[in-house]
Amino acid sequence: MSAISDQIVPRSGHGAWLVWLGAAAMAFLAVFALALSMSAARLADSWTAALAQSATVRVSAPPAELDAQTEAVLEVLRTTPGIEDARVMTPEEQGDLLSVWLGPDLPLDALPLPRMVEVWETADGPDRQGLRLRLSAEAPGAIYDDHTQWRRPLIDAASRLRAVSGLALALIGAVTGAIIALAASAALASNAQVIRVLRLVGARDRFIARAFVRRMTRRAALGGVIGTALGMASMIGLPSLGPDATSGLGFQGAGWLAPLLVPVLIAVVAWAAAMATAFTVLRGVT
Amino acid sequence: MIQFEDVAHDYGGGALFEGVTVALDAGSFHFLTGPSGAGKSTFLKLCYGELLPSRGTVLLNDTSLRSMSRDALAEMRNSIGVVHQDCQFLDHLDIRSNVALPLSATGRPVSERDVDDLLNWVGLRAQAEALPPTLSGGERQRAALARAVIAAPRVLLADEPTGNLDWDMSQRLLSLMMELNRMGTAVLIATHDMNLIRTAKSHVSARVLRIAGRKLQSAGSEL
Ligand SMILES: Nc1ncnc2c1ncn2[C@@H]1O[C@H](COP(=O)(O)OP(=O)(O)OP(=O)(O)O)[C@@H](O)[C@H]1O
Ligand SMILES: [Mg+2]
Repeated sequence: MSAISDQIVPRSGHGAWLVWLGAAAMAFLAVFALALSMSAARLADSWTAALAQSATVRVSAPPAELDAQTEAVLEVLRTTPGIEDARVMTPEEQGDLLSVWLGPDLPLDALPLPRMVEVWETADGPDRQGLRLRLSAEAPGAIYDDHTQWRRPLIDAASRLRAVSGLALALIGAVTGAIIALAASAALASNAQVIRVLRLVGARDRFIARAFVRRMTRRAALGGVIGTALGMASMIGLPSLGPDATSGLGFQGAGWLAPLLVPVLIAVVAWAAAMATAFTVLRGVT
Repeated sequence: MIQFEDVAHDYGGGALFEGVTVALDAGSFHFLTGPSGAGKSTFLKLCYGELLPSRGTVLLNDTSLRSMSRDALAEMRNSIGVVHQDCQFLDHLDIRSNVALPLSATGRPVSERDVDDLLNWVGLRAQAEALPPTLSGGERQRAALARAVIAAPRVLLADEPTGNLDWDMSQRLLSLMMELNRMGTAVLIATHDMNLIRTAKSHVSARVLRIAGRKLQSAGSEL
């Protein structure tokens, strides 16, 4: 019985290529949108983690007071709960940081640079409000910076990226549905005689619709598998965008399992679109 | 089984027939005659709901076809076997699959043995794997009859089922239809073949209906 319901619609390929090629292209794009979404989430996580437990104290003071104020800052930090460690950056380290922005030939000695103290917080962190008050009392030129003003826009950017890739996925789903609906109504229209004969022998709409929908769904799923495979293959060995592996675009570890859902979702969208189209068309044909 | 109450049909160029009130009871045997273009095929189409009458009511088991849902109409057609004048096959499927279609398209099990027996009876065992367009007109009619009876219908409607057949084969098909009728199926055959009608009347009590002058008349006494 299932054998016959597969053959009831002639194999003539009206729009067959449209279905599987369209599904393959959409699956390919979906893999990229998914990768973008997952990378954005990962970036947000790693930026948050990297910046969360570190801080700096910048000491700007006249050269004469600089050493004394720096000492005072280190003393305050040593006696503050929630601070794990603190260390004065060497001029060379500061030079390295600045050379990223200002170039390597920086005459460091000629610049009135503030002194930088690198601070590691414990997991709970210090009472920042109290710490700032004590610092301004002991060393008026010291500013405690826990990077919140950097973290916020980075995280905002990452969540925007996620939203955009989510929207892209939704659009891909909608276009897939539209392609399938178009192909399904073309197939139904070019098989009017088949529908007529099936009606005459007492086939219900559900049976007729399924004969068409099954073919559509199978082609879409096949296209989805091909597109996903190509998409995943092209993501292998994509260059990393940052110093560590987690900042790379693409999938990582168990994340490689996520795109395997793409052909399944393509098939589900195709099935629903073809089913809706078939029932609408069949209701209009007596 | 099937009842016409004051039925008229008009394709737009004037009524083909009107005021038709007739009942095709379970187990009855009817012939329908009339000149070409009188409306015999139209009458049959009204019986199985391919057409709705422009006036009056057609009832199947006391339910008006007009009021039936699409699923109910499909259900109703499961119990009616039809030999269409133009056969109506799925041309990409072989004869065997076409004959089994009333069962397979309604989710009922298909017995290959039954299909083979039936194809044997109508003399098409050798053509079982052939595609419908490659068959002769008479072979197609025989296949159409096989398809109409495969699901043991409660009603058999046959539109010129012997139009292209030699006398021996016509009688063979007639005896198949009479056999079904003996088991309770209501049979209605539209035909011009008076010899066929005479042969049938010597075996079963058949009523002859005739469409003439836009009326459906009982023509039993003429024969
Ligand atoms: N779909 C249609 N639309 C318009 N007119 C039609 C339609 N079908 C049939 N007719 C007309 O209705 C009339 C009756 O047609 P019908 O097929 O019922 O005749 P019939 O008695 O079966 O003839 P035959 O013996 O030649 O098969 C014909 O004049 C035909 O032209
Ligand atoms: Mg006719």
